[in-house]
Amino acid sequence: MKFDFTDDQQEIKRTAKEMLASRSTLERVRSAAESRSYDAGLWTELCELGWPGVATAEQYGGGGLGVVELAGLLEEGGYALAGSPLMATTACGAAIQEAGSEPQKEAWLPRLASGDATGTLAVAGRLAPDAAEADVIVLIDPEAGEARMLTGKQAAVSEVQTIDPTRRYGVVATDGSSGEEMPGDGQAALAIGALIVSAEMVGVCQRSLDITLEYVKDRKQFDRPVGSFQAVQHKCARMLLLTEAARSATYFGAWAADADRDRLVEGASLAKASSSEAGVEVTGSAIQAHGGIGFTWEADIHWFFKRAQLDAAYLGGTGYHRGRLAALAADKAGEQA
Amino acid sequence: MDLTFSPEEAEFRDELRQWLADNHPGDEPRGDDDSIFEFRRNWQRSLYEGGWAAVQWPQEYGGRDATLMQSAIFFEEIGRTRAPLPANVLGLLLAGPTIMTWGTTEQKERYLTPILSAEEIWCQGFSEPEAGSDLAAVKTVAERDGDQWVVTGQKVWTSGAQYSKWCMLVARTDREASKHKGLSYFLMDMEQPGVQVRPLVQITGEAEFNELFIEQATIPHENMLGGEGDGWNVALTTLMNERSGLGFFLQIRMRQLLDQVVERAVENGKIDDPVIAERIGEIEARTEITRLIAYRGLSTIEKYGQPGPEGSLTKWLWSETNQMLVQLAAEVVGPEALSADTAWSYELLRARGNTLEGGTTEILKNIIAERVLGLPRK
Repeated sequence: MKFDFTDDQQEIKRTAKEMLASRSTLERVRSAAESRSYDAGLWTELCELGWPGVATAEQYGGGGLGVVELAGLLEEGGYALAGSPLMATTACGAAIQEAGSEPQKEAWLPRLASGDATGTLAVAGRLAPDAAEADVIVLIDPEAGEARMLTGKQAAVSEVQTIDPTRRYGVVATDGSSGEEMPGDGQAALAIGALIVSAEMVGVCQRSLDITLEYVKDRKQFDRPVGSFQAVQHKCARMLLLTEAARSATYFGAWAADADRDRLVEGASLAKASSSEAGVEVTGSAIQAHGGIGFTWEADIHWFFKRAQLDAAYLGGTGYHRGRLAALAADKAGEQA
Repeated sequence: MDLTFSPEEAEFRDELRQWLADNHPGDEPRGDDDSIFEFRRNWQRSLYEGGWAAVQWPQEYGGRDATLMQSAIFFEEIGRTRAPLPANVLGLLLAGPTIMTWGTTEQKERYLTPILSAEEIWCQGFSEPEAGSDLAAVKTVAERDGDQWVVTGQKVWTSGAQYSKWCMLVARTDREASKHKGLSYFLMDMEQPGVQVRPLVQITGEAEFNELFIEQATIPHENMLGGEGDGWNVALTTLMNERSGLGFFLQIRMRQLLDQVVERAVENGKIDDPVIAERIGEIEARTEITRLIAYRGLSTIEKYGQPGPEGSLTKWLWSETNQMLVQLAAEVVGPEALSADTAWSYELLRARGNTLEGGTTEILKNIIAERVLGLPRK
């Protein structure tokens, strides 16, 4: 067993981190957020690097790597809080690869992999990232496990300005008959989508923790760093626990997507239940540990809190995925009885 | 990333499974502490004869040179088959490795084999009434008298002392030196009039622990482990070994208990209560993630040669999750869970010790904050 990235996977992740550290600084994140726009140049660069298609099969013009590598990139995207259609487009691409018919794959995967088209994965009536501009939308019914594919023109999308201005959102309405049916496994498509957003949230948590640690080591009150107070230390320790729990579950789920399909649905719910819990609590604790300054627009920590709120809700929050885990456990108990 | 067992790991597991299927001792006797101990001692003899008593020990000392991963597999399989832990668990996990690291050739030859065969049982004399989490504050004093040391003091939380031949003892040998530097580490013979053992009855009614009253006990100088004043560093070797291995046994037991709770909830329909279902889902997630973090920790050590933060995180997550689980069980199972002397009520009470034993949660958080996150001390 090797529960760690291989050297190659590590290298992909490290390169991504370095690139985003210089290309998506918090100044740039702020300026994009305040104008509610994306840095178009960043998306072009990500496409040139092949990120949107990293997990797309080579026959459809992708990089032919797996969900593990994709998760590594998304984690770094979350760490940098990069604003781009990457998460939505890769979730859409993975869903088409998973549930699409051959003609559907041929029609869309090459364009999504190159970044010529963007897409999203949506549940009807819920907020979906980058839905309003998407060229193609995969709409999943989570209960029935059925998926439909709609072009941007076919879909009725109302754009929503959410509390997270680092990303665009929309709500997709459906009459249940627009677009085309997708023949494949909608549950697997949804599971991989949940893993993709979980990976981003792991990065959001890690960065929130890093920023917080830097702050509490530096900020002094009562003539000592606030990070020397046990109440603050224990809060930070719990932030680490939650982050590492979400990370472990997400890496496991990503591995299951690539190598052990029997555990994919469980792995995805483990990941999304824990990453949603971590995302909300870690970024909230980060604001708290900053004290009053953390509540101001001027400090950057609120961007992470806002992203985490939207990510936590996307494709089902903590409560929803705990319910799924309980149902899986009950099924297992029922089989044994 | 590869979360399947390698061929060597799978082969090890299969061989062990076969051996356990052929040699499983059956259910432990209930109630009487002495019969339980005798049962575990016989079980360890059987493990010893099969070459399974200490898989993680080097072959030259009777082990199998098992990797960390194989050692984890060993404890998972013991837990999974509901076999007991060996009687001399502290000797196997703590005393043995500490003696291998610090012992002289004579000490290794003298002590290691009887640890393995359960012929000589070991206990750990570290904590004192006034030195718990603050271990370096030990007050037990050892004074040199010719070729021997004369020891006086008190130890507490000494598991298995009533059955032990030897004690890993940390005592102060230099009262002038600073707190950490004045300590030495001894291998103390428990069978002498200067050592009195008194059982410490815990909230479950049983006595896993003892108090140790040491009055003018004598230890030959040759029974010092490491040099005079090395006690703190030797003790750290013991403590470093403490959290490995056993964790995997405990996690599997938690997994099994959770399976039983879910079965009950399905039987009595409580699973249909969404509040109960969410709590089951939460505990499912935490239970699986405890195991995942523990395995990630092993991969980190195997790759980088030193442990990451995962060890402390595993202990913290496991202990809190087990408490959440037994609390849920109390609600799902009903009156049986709160009736005296049932397995359920035992778990409910015993779990309170989880966040204390082997380092309290508060100390774990301090360790994480200072050593992992690099936050400043006062």
